[in-house]
Amino acid sequence: MFAWELLAEAVLFGLLVGCFYAAVSVGLSISLGLLDVPQVAHPAFLVVGSYGTYLLGRHGWDPLLAGIALAPVFFVVGILVYRFYYETFEKRGEDTGVRGLAFFFGIAFIVEVLLILAFGVDQRSVDAPYIGASVALGDVRIPIRLLVAFGTALLLTGGLALYLAKTFTGRAIKAVAQDGVALRLMGANPVRIKQWAFGIATGVTAIAGAMLIVVGPVDPNLDRVYIGRTFCVVVLAGLGSMGGTLVAGLVLGVTESIVLTMFGASWAPAVAFGLLLLMLGVRPQGLFGR
Amino acid sequence: MKMFMRYCSFLGCAFALAVGMLAPAAHAQQPIKIGMGISQTGALGGGGKSALLALHMWADDVNAKGGLLGRKVELVVYDDQSNPATTPGIYTKLIDVDKVDLLIGPYASVPTAPIMPLVKQRDLLLMSNFTFKLNRNLKHDKVFNNSPWSNEEDLADGVLQIGRAAGAKTIAILAADQEFAQNLANGAKSIAGRMGLKTVYEQNYPPSTVDFSAMIRAIRAAKPDIVYVCSYPNDSVAILRAVKEIGIGDSVKVFGGGMVGLQFTPVIVGLGSLANGVVNFTSYAPGKTMDFPGVRDFLDRYSKKAVAENVDPLGYYLPPYSYAIGQMIAQAVTATKSLNHKVLAEYLHKNEMQTIVGPIRFDALGERAKPAVPLVQFRSLVDKDVEQFRKPGRLVIVYPPQYKTGEAIVPFEKARN
Repeated sequence: MFAWELLAEAVLFGLLVGCFYAAVSVGLSISLGLLDVPQVAHPAFLVVGSYGTYLLGRHGWDPLLAGIALAPVFFVVGILVYRFYYETFEKRGEDTGVRGLAFFFGIAFIVEVLLILAFGVDQRSVDAPYIGASVALGDVRIPIRLLVAFGTALLLTGGLALYLAKTFTGRAIKAVAQDGVALRLMGANPVRIKQWAFGIATGVTAIAGAMLIVVGPVDPNLDRVYIGRTFCVVVLAGLGSMGGTLVAGLVLGVTESIVLTMFGASWAPAVAFGLLLLMLGVRPQGLFGR
Repeated sequence: MKMFMRYCSFLGCAFALAVGMLAPAAHAQQPIKIGMGISQTGALGGGGKSALLALHMWADDVNAKGGLLGRKVELVVYDDQSNPATTPGIYTKLIDVDKVDLLIGPYASVPTAPIMPLVKQRDLLLMSNFTFKLNRNLKHDKVFNNSPWSNEEDLADGVLQIGRAAGAKTIAILAADQEFAQNLANGAKSIAGRMGLKTVYEQNYPPSTVDFSAMIRAIRAAKPDIVYVCSYPNDSVAILRAVKEIGIGDSVKVFGGGMVGLQFTPVIVGLGSLANGVVNFTSYAPGKTMDFPGVRDFLDRYSKKAVAENVDPLGYYLPPYSYAIGQMIAQAVTATKSLNHKVLAEYLHKNEMQTIVGPIRFDALGERAKPAVPLVQFRSLVDKDVEQFRKPGRLVIVYPPQYKTGEAIVPFEKARN
């Protein structure tokens, strides 16, 4: 007899985990989707955010507050990284894509090694009242850490979507993705706008990194697990769409959860990427891309 | 001209004679080089670093007593990054460039498997370190595994025996999709089949899985009596967290079995109370039944060095067995007065080794002739306290009978609380 309750639980947990996937991908959605920067070091920055949260956690900070506190630092780092990238690659024009990719891969590897040297290879985790506890919904027990990650992710993606839609700088960021020359003719400096946007993308990664270590323990190699998921979400969404990132994250989360529960864990990554390939074949611009 | 040529010939002969006389002495002063690739980074780095520290301690102890065959022992070490792709290159370098005299294998099966054809092809002695039946197909006569098990059933037998004694009729098996975990799962299935246990849930998961909520929910829905888990450190932590949050159900009598990671101090300290009630394999637990000669002294000395080097401070899992590798090498070399791999291998096959983890005798394939895998049940653990593991009653050995220090508490929910 088909286990409908198990399927319903799978969908519920998929929505929670999917929202988390969206949150860890939203920074990449800005940098890759809107700015066309091949930011493959995004998952590495995510893990750095987790370790920053871990360090503050040792001084009694709540993980999410730690993530928020780290966001301005990451914002500045993002600006500096973009500035270097622009001066070294984008400004020169030729082969920006390939060289930029190599640059960010290099950053990712260096970050990983630095984390190993600083923290060792053991897993790190944080404590909080909502980690390890669960809330009962009938017969179903939902981990509170997933609920916290879900709520934070919704606020993060919603906040970013509002920022991009309603503020002058936000609209300038979307404009620079469409036509940087036109933006310059309107009196805005596209390079400064992109710099600011990259800073925001990196800043939100700090908060996403805090959620990552709330959801589970981290180690320096964890970026390799998330590089596939984050790129999958961003491309599935349609480059640059914040709402699409949320929906894509939910699609990925629910798909993985159903397959995990009903068909087996080994199939989950294949089905998720199968869905991506199908989408690229049917609608290459993604769910919400134009 | 003739006089000049005679003079050069005389000088050449004198030089050759001098080199010929000095060479054995020079060689005798050269250290005995023992080479290995061992994980110092990556998923196995925590275990690898503690094992390496133990091997360095052994080398220091041996050198303090004059070395082996009058020569100092020198370890030549490379980091394999827990990556099996690196080990063939590392061991080729050790053999052909560094020209080491002896080889110790990497920690664990996954990085060691790729070098088995190399050592077979070159007919070399390999002291392997906590691997799992890697020699079953190659049947190389010069491989010796220091781990306390001899086959996949040794790690599952105790858990299933305890479950059956408690009236278990069904089993759920959750295993990572990698060599070690799959071997353990196969062992559990074999024993379960012979015992007549019905498998109500069986799941392999990709090693990169980070969330186990779905699988724990499915296991709970299947209502098994025994839950046998074969996982690597990251997974073990995530699984126990999921069990705490989701619940595993009241039907479960025994939970655990083959969870790697629960033997590493940083992992188990981090888990703390989450591990209570779990029955799991290990290699050593403090207690009178495992008080082999020299082990307490070793662990006391190790603990001081480990804290300074920021590795596993207790060292209950790998370090004593890694030190034992050194002891076995020393005994074989000293007894045979040789570094010849064939001679050493014959000695190791024929003789029982005396080590700080007890006597070790090997079978024809270089595995333990008599397995000695303790199963512990974690009890009364509190969070983030390293010193609690030195106290009695926290790691209770519940199997096998010769090491037992207490009875297993079942069902699992009762043991957890």
